[in-house]
Amino acid sequence: MDILIYGTINSVTLALYAIGFAMVYGVSRLPNFAHGALYVVSGFITWSFLNSLGLNYLLSIILALIATAIIGALIYQFVLIRVRGMEISEIIASYAIGLAILEGFRWGGFKGLTYTLPAFIEGSVEIAGVSVDYQRLLVVGIGAAVVGLLWLFTRYTRIGLAMRGMAQDERAALMLGIDSDLIAVVAMGFGSMLAGLAAVLLLPLGNIVVEAGYNILILAIAVCIVGGLGSWMGAVLAAFLIGFAQILTVVYLGAHYQMVVALLAIILTLILRPSGLFGQQKELEERV
Amino acid sequence: MKLDTDKEPILRVEKVSKAFGGIQALNGVSFEVHKGEILGIIGPNGSGKTTVVNCITGFIKKTSGRVFFRGRDISNKPPHKIADMGVTRTFQIMRPYFTLPAYKNLVIPLFSPRAKRTGGWRGGGRLGDRNTVSLDILEEIGFERDSYVPYKTASTLPTGYLKRLELARCLALKPEIIICDEVFSGLSMSEIASMVPLIERLQMEGITLIMIEHRLRELFRVANRIMMLNFGEKLTEGTSEEVMADERVKEAYFGSQKVEEVMRHA
Amino acid sequence: MENNTQRRKERIDRGIKVRTDGIYALMSIRELSYLLLPRLVLILGMLALPLLVPGMYWQRVITITCIYALLALSFDFLAHYVGLVSLGGAFFVGVGGYMAAIMNTTFGLPPWLTVPLAALAGGGICTLLLLPCLPLRGVYFAIVSLMYPLFVARLIEALNILGGTDGITGIDGFSNRWAEQYFIIGILLLLLFGVRRLVNTDIGLVLRGVKDNDQAIRASGMNVTLYKAMAVYIASVMGCLGGACLAHIYMWSGISQFALDFSILPIAATVIGGGGTLIGPVLGCLILVPISELLREFGTLRIVFYALILVAFIIFRSEGIMVYGQRKYQQFERWTRI
Repeated sequence: MDILIYGTINSVTLALYAIGFAMVYGVSRLPNFAHGALYVVSGFITWSFLNSLGLNYLLSIILALIATAIIGALIYQFVLIRVRGMEISEIIASYAIGLAILEGFRWGGFKGLTYTLPAFIEGSVEIAGVSVDYQRLLVVGIGAAVVGLLWLFTRYTRIGLAMRGMAQDERAALMLGIDSDLIAVVAMGFGSMLAGLAAVLLLPLGNIVVEAGYNILILAIAVCIVGGLGSWMGAVLAAFLIGFAQILTVVYLGAHYQMVVALLAIILTLILRPSGLFGQQKELEERV
Repeated sequence: MKLDTDKEPILRVEKVSKAFGGIQALNGVSFEVHKGEILGIIGPNGSGKTTVVNCITGFIKKTSGRVFFRGRDISNKPPHKIADMGVTRTFQIMRPYFTLPAYKNLVIPLFSPRAKRTGGWRGGGRLGDRNTVSLDILEEIGFERDSYVPYKTASTLPTGYLKRLELARCLALKPEIIICDEVFSGLSMSEIASMVPLIERLQMEGITLIMIEHRLRELFRVANRIMMLNFGEKLTEGTSEEVMADERVKEAYFGSQKVEEVMRHA
Repeated sequence: MENNTQRRKERIDRGIKVRTDGIYALMSIRELSYLLLPRLVLILGMLALPLLVPGMYWQRVITITCIYALLALSFDFLAHYVGLVSLGGAFFVGVGGYMAAIMNTTFGLPPWLTVPLAALAGGGICTLLLLPCLPLRGVYFAIVSLMYPLFVARLIEALNILGGTDGITGIDGFSNRWAEQYFIIGILLLLLFGVRRLVNTDIGLVLRGVKDNDQAIRASGMNVTLYKAMAVYIASVMGCLGGACLAHIYMWSGISQFALDFSILPIAATVIGGGGTLIGPVLGCLILVPISELLREFGTLRIVFYALILVAFIIFRSEGIMVYGQRKYQQFERWTRI
């Protein structure tokens, strides 16, 4: 039973990590390797609003999300747009930015137990004999809500539809009068905001540490690769696959293997089925 | 030219099918090619012509069906093995090594195991200096040797020369079959006029050719036999005259009167 | 800007007059020196470097620089001549380091034997492990190669093999520091000119063909994976060589040899020095590593620093120093009226 509950929680967590990455890649084919850094940035901004400026918790969260979105959009507008289309340069540039941010934090002495966010609601509840705190339940609830809203957003709003159009065929989208650069910036902003959202939801469960930035990047990549790069729903399904696999290994093999599972998932998926378990690109690639 | 059709065909394609997801690109296509003949494959856009080439040469995996070369099953061989046996192809979208001079473009295929065995198009089993062999091949295929053309960077060559370069890449292997994917398309009338004799010469030398074409007039002149594909299925097969006379061919290319009537009423 | 519309920049070739693609006819001492001078400056400069710098500490920095240069060379060769962008240079370093460590501590082989052996055997291991990923292209290969070193590091940690998180200690150092430096500088120069020669032979052309158009290579009856494996072997031998030397220099081999530093710094050096020139990455390392060493007291700030340099170069001067320098050396520019 606890495997089921913790597996679900872990899966939703992974989905939250990955969905921003999947969104940015899906819309603009940009592997955003600064994703983990944006996660940490958002946590840090929330923390500073809360503790240094003494703002209300909810207000500081909203402000931090907006700030993260703006930072993401700025990174795109001033750096990544110039290497657009050159995948390797995109990876190197975005990774370098992420590295600069994270190592900058590390240099600034950003470690230790002081940097924690309070839980939204304290306390815990017992479900089928397993004690689960409210924050984790909230994570699952909000995670499900985010996935649902995103689904609605991409189907019933102009920007969402434009994003889907661009994801399918950028040139066709351009000809239909969609400003692809603008949409890509918006998508990057949204993706960053989703990274930020994951941060404010999940950080109350632990400390804000620099290493989280790297781990989250790897987990996000793992989920997206297994689900098929560019496929959002695939990413959500893959999150459940990896989430449960991780919990099972932790229970039966030990906590050390948690990260090994994610890395192994990436390597095996890429070797056996590069388009991911739920992706459809392989058939297209095969056409000469 | 007299063909001994009683003999075992050099290439036999048996009920090849290919589906891309839900789209049936090829549906049970079978045909035979005999040594020394030119088979033309025609069909409207999207009828599966290029898919046939890809299936024969192993560039995509068939959903079902088999391909025999000289009686040997080559259905599941990887592309480089098939090319190594002598079944070569050109690409519809030409992508030479743009940064290299034309003759260096040929040095690369001359490095292949088959070229080492055969010694290139004219080689008698021994491969000489690759640069020289490559210039020899280029000269025969229409790159004037004493001019600067063979030394020009591939990106600066006009389409006509690039098409020849594609053919030369096949010839470097001393092939048995060349499958030409639209060698005439994109060429001017005069370029085609000089390409036709080249094709005829290759046939005279015993190379079997399968030509995929949209330029029907030129194709009907050189081809011994024509096969027509439509919606992934073989519509008809026969000599140029037979195919030209076939009503269904016209229908496939130009649409039938009936269809137009239906459309009008709808 | 009206002035500019009236004039244009004219580029005129300097140097050897009679030449075609790769073949020169040298007509004078001036032309000979034009060709030889840059090469001599590099070789003599590298050889003189240990004599010029002050103190043990900076001599050690030179050694480290050369190791990074080996890694950068291996990255540049794979990325720009074969089209495999490997973000996991650390994987080669780690494998080479552990191989040398095992050979030295378990079998008691001396450093001058473990280094080449670890390089050759480690290259084989790396190639075998990377073999299944070779059909992957572009971003997929980049991601999977990035994951390899992380995976191995976590595995060593989790299984607690090969010394676990403590690593393998008690490895012999080089007998003296001059031998250490000239050994590594010699290897670097040898490999640098060796790889340069390799990429200009016919097999180098085939490798470039693999990068530009692997379909055509297949259609020509050549096994693309075989050639990729060959290139990966060459590159991983270089990486393992660096790793093995590193293990002997620090007399220790641990999971930090799989750290991202060994993947990222060589890439940064390649971008800065100029990708596809082979010399450029070496120059990039000669610039980056000492700077990063100067900033050592600022801790991780130096990583921030070279990440920012990297971004700046990718955006503003993606051709790199070497390509820029080559152009300036081979051509002179002047404004002419139209």
